[in-house]
Amino acid sequence: MIKYTLTRAALLLLGLLVASVLIFLSLRVLPGDIAQLIAGTNGTPEQVAAIRERLGLDQPLPLQYLEWIGGIFRGDLGTSLLNGSGVAAELAQKAQVTVPLGLMALTIAVLFAVPLGVLSAMRRGHGDGTFLSIGAQTLAAVPVVWAGMMLVVVFAVWLGWLPAQGFPRSGWNDPAAAIRSLLLPALTIGIVEGAMLMRFVRSATMQAIGQDYVRTAAAKGLTRTTALIRHGLPNVALSVITVLGLQVAGIIVGAVVIEQLFSLPGIGRMLVADVSARDLPKVQGELLVLTGFVLVVGFAVDLLHRVIDPRQREAP
Amino acid sequence: MARHTARTPRTPWLRRLWALSTGRFGLIVVAVVALTALVSLFWTPFDPQQVSIAERWAAPGWPHALGTDGTGRDILSLLMAGSRTTVLVAVGAGAIATVIGVALAALGALTARWLRESVAVLVDILIAFPVLIIAMMISAVWGGSLGVVIWSVGIGFGVNIARVTRPELRRVLHSDFVLAGRASGLTPLQNLWRHLMPNVAPVFIVQLSWGMAVAVLAEAGLSYLGFGAPITEPSWGVLLAQLQQYISVYPLSVLWPGLAITLTVLGLNLLGDALREATDPTLSRGRDRLHPPRGAIRHVPEVVA
Repeated sequence: MIKYTLTRAALLLLGLLVASVLIFLSLRVLPGDIAQLIAGTNGTPEQVAAIRERLGLDQPLPLQYLEWIGGIFRGDLGTSLLNGSGVAAELAQKAQVTVPLGLMALTIAVLFAVPLGVLSAMRRGHGDGTFLSIGAQTLAAVPVVWAGMMLVVVFAVWLGWLPAQGFPRSGWNDPAAAIRSLLLPALTIGIVEGAMLMRFVRSATMQAIGQDYVRTAAAKGLTRTTALIRHGLPNVALSVITVLGLQVAGIIVGAVVIEQLFSLPGIGRMLVADVSARDLPKVQGELLVLTGFVLVVGFAVDLLHRVIDPRQREAP
Repeated sequence: MARHTARTPRTPWLRRLWALSTGRFGLIVVAVVALTALVSLFWTPFDPQQVSIAERWAAPGWPHALGTDGTGRDILSLLMAGSRTTVLVAVGAGAIATVIGVALAALGALTARWLRESVAVLVDILIAFPVLIIAMMISAVWGGSLGVVIWSVGIGFGVNIARVTRPELRRVLHSDFVLAGRASGLTPLQNLWRHLMPNVAPVFIVQLSWGMAVAVLAEAGLSYLGFGAPITEPSWGVLLAQLQQYISVYPLSVLWPGLAITLTVLGLNLLGDALREATDPTLSRGRDRLHPPRGAIRHVPEVVA
């Protein structure tokens, strides 16, 4: 286990390193001249030179990279070109919207996908099982942004139950209002991601139903359902954890689109605005944080998988 | 030199695909979208960009089957023209993913041990980059365009294809027919093309089908965010973004582009599932039918829109 953890941690560090180099290079080397881009087509050569100096672009690339990475170790993710604010502070502030949104979406996804996925597997071949399965397939094909629009039409425009857009200015000082404004966005991401999770739970459960140990338990006198719940579902849970780890990336991506649709002041909307404004130092820091987060979740899921699955722990 | 055709005989997989209801549905949807794109090159009921203030927000009926938008453009014509963008993105991203995937898989399976393992680690790392993040990286530099969508999905899914194809490639690498090819003097590349690729093709085509579904979703999401098709281009994602502004007044108009995207993605997803069932001999016997190939589940959460 220790050896595995160390190997996996090394891979994580390597991953972070590769990610940082890729992000750095893609934003620095490919375009030619960022300073010219920032100054715009009307920028005078003096302006361009001033920008280049301010950003440290006149220094050799490896030095620029080391300076950026060194800053990250000091907790400095860079400074916005446009308003001079610190990227780290702004990320922390926007995370107050995005993190609860992601957690709510994840909860909604698990709450409906796990029971319905198990049910649709157990009722396979019956009308309701087929219906659930087709429903999950269809929902998983829906673009998140369209799902959001449809929910707005139903719950905000027609029924008027929930706000269609925005986040309260008072933020989490008014928790009820904050949760109300996050409910529709979270539901949107939760349903689409949940549909994908449900397909997976269904196939994992169907596999569990076919296993010898479930059949043995049933032969010993347990009902098929009890046998499945006691002996089959713990194994389903294992694969669900892996898929959930992968879905974190999907939820982040969903949040980028959905924050735009619902005008939520979160990390995703900030990223879209910064990419559009070509605020490259900010984009660089934000992309690194998001990718780092996905990599760390993958690492945690792999370790967790080892801890709770005794078969994997014994394997060399 | 005589060409070696050491493939094992197989039952025609297309017939097996058609026998599956999901495969039939997928094939029909893909054919309809492709045909619509083709027809729209020559004919649409109206000029998709023709503005007509007198006919703003016409309800579905005659002559506008699906109604009109806020500038009086015919929604059916816009949808038909948009299918061209969809097909372009799906095919373009698929082609790039193929090249990247095959190159990485071949590097990761057929080269020296140190290179193989480095490529494997690199693929494992790259696979953690969501397509949207790649798209953001490209658009931060070059601005948004359809090319951004095509390249980001192509890169993102190419890595995915490599991850799934590489173990397959290594598995068939030691088959007798490959050894025979090598013994008869084929160069590694000839051997790869004649003997290895046909044998890993099934796994590969399945991935491609799922990748195209991701491309269609990515086009919608990225165009909505302003990083995909320019607003002058007919595209389902652009149409969604334009109609959304009037969603509180004309809520049903956003129904059509959304349905078109959902149906296309569903078709491609089901086609992929059916292809997997039809081409994999271990699956068609009903044994282990639920065990996805390594990495295959990644198509599930890896959606952009």
